[in-house]
Amino acid sequence: MTAALQVERLNRAFGALPVARHINLSLERGARRALIGPNGAGKTTLVNLITGVLKPQSGRVLLNGEDITGLSQTERARRGLARTFQINQLFRGLSVLENIGMSISERDGHAENLWRAVGTRREILDEALDHLESLRLVDDALKLVRELPYGRQRLVEIAIALAQKPRVLLLDEPAAGVPSSESHLILDVVAALNPDIAVLIIEHDMDIVFRFAKEITVLVQGAVFTQGTPEEIMNNEQVRAVYLGQEGHRGGRRHGGGHG
Amino acid sequence: MAASDIITTTSRGQARERTAEYLVGRHRFRPAEALPWLIAIAVFFIFPERMTFGSQVLVMAMFALSLDLILGYAGIVTLGHAAFFGVGAYTVGLAAARLQWAEPISGLFAAAITAGLVGFITGWFLLRYRGLTLLMLTLATAIMLQETGNLRSDISGGYDGLPGLAFKPLLGIFDYDLYGRAYYLYVLAVLAVVFYFVRRIVYSPFGQALTGIRENVRRMHAIGSPVHRRLVTVYTIAAAIAGVAGALFTQTNAYVTLTVFDFDNSAKVMVMLILGGTGRLYGAFIGATVYMVLEDYFSKLSPTFWQFGIGLVLVLAVLFARRGVLGLFESVGKYVAERKRS
Repeated sequence: MTAALQVERLNRAFGALPVARHINLSLERGARRALIGPNGAGKTTLVNLITGVLKPQSGRVLLNGEDITGLSQTERARRGLARTFQINQLFRGLSVLENIGMSISERDGHAENLWRAVGTRREILDEALDHLESLRLVDDALKLVRELPYGRQRLVEIAIALAQKPRVLLLDEPAAGVPSSESHLILDVVAALNPDIAVLIIEHDMDIVFRFAKEITVLVQGAVFTQGTPEEIMNNEQVRAVYLGQEGHRGGRRHGGGHG
Repeated sequence: MAASDIITTTSRGQARERTAEYLVGRHRFRPAEALPWLIAIAVFFIFPERMTFGSQVLVMAMFALSLDLILGYAGIVTLGHAAFFGVGAYTVGLAAARLQWAEPISGLFAAAITAGLVGFITGWFLLRYRGLTLLMLTLATAIMLQETGNLRSDISGGYDGLPGLAFKPLLGIFDYDLYGRAYYLYVLAVLAVVFYFVRRIVYSPFGQALTGIRENVRRMHAIGSPVHRRLVTVYTIAAAIAGVAGALFTQTNAYVTLTVFDFDNSAKVMVMLILGGTGRLYGAFIGATVYMVLEDYFSKLSPTFWQFGIGLVLVLAVLFARRGVLGLFESVGKYVAERKRS
């Protein structure tokens, strides 16, 4: 079976600093893979390389078997590749509903239409409300995004990506900045994702990583350090040394969830 | 259990309906929107001898409206919008002076097409850039067009311009009268048509995508929006509208000089829009009216020192009405509503 997402021998350097070194990574359809690694390991860079924000110096990215290395971000997104951002990238001055509707109308090409009023397309509205309902955001539908508490904004961040109906979804620290009292909301959403979507999640919260992921890739200094099942990674002494051992340096960023 | 299920389903259905109603209602015309048009018609009867000035206000309102489309909605910052106004102004000017094509309404279409074309070509190259770079490049474009006109002053008339242009009667009936009354109604009618187009665009999914680009261009790329194409499209439309405004400027004044390309003109229209309020459609009307009336008043008060007055108003606006006159109204409205509630 063709992998949903295949990354082959990806290389990229910022000047003299290599940030992606010969990265190989494969996501089957419905994959649940976590990408972990110490700060500066190049996790977000990898997401940027996969989505086309950055171009690799060598290597290939394949989406459902198609080489997308030369395509723009827009073209990749249209082929079913979606991402969320570590720091919210939302339409802050617009309502939650409009944030989702924007994603839907770009996906279906309605955004080409200069004439018909936005609100008159019932199918977009219904679909947007369905998305919001599944994330329990319906009551906030007409609120401006900037008026929402941060945890809810994080949900909108995911909702926009889900409204793209992606086949591959890259989640860049979905729970970052969310108070621990609310992080279960994010975890619920992540756990309930459509099983057909291949998901790559970058996360520092080891609770989420171990509960969600079936496979884990460890990235260190731009290169794949090792990959395996959660048990294998948990019991890997070297991983504990380079990554888990550093948890303490982060100053209790997240209740020491990673020591398991 | 079953009963409570039914209740939640209906209340959920109601929430949906409410949201749908809100969305559908949002783009409907509100009664208050008739106000500016009623005022414009009233002005026709109250100040019959000031119709030339009135036409100029309407022309500037249209120019500011075209800027609102790109600046207020798409977030494109430009200091060279006069380029398209100028191209439109010269299209009808040159057509009348050199080609004896003096029919006004077809002239508007010609102006829209030429200005739109210039907008499309320059936009294709320029809209890859943002911020200060874009500011400088748009400014340079307007200057280059102006200098091209200066270089071929044998055709353009240079800074002496093309004086004494004679346009044919409107619709073959209404000729130029002493106070430009027919032209005032003509400009008002064209403005109404243009406004209807702009309003449709603003409330369309395309318009929504433009606000998306303004709010967060990174996310627009990520959700698969062809950002560059969207920007070039709206830039072309705005250029065409600015071109129509320029053409009306030439037609109502019966002359045109290269000063239409001036940086002053680009800056003035931006000031008007910001004064009125960006991204609100009607901000263009209010801004143009307030600016032009103040300019007129201050220049009568002190022919040499009038810009001081304009400057002072601007300083006050920046200090106390950051979101423009319309923004100020909105804030006051909100405040009053809250006071009433408590």
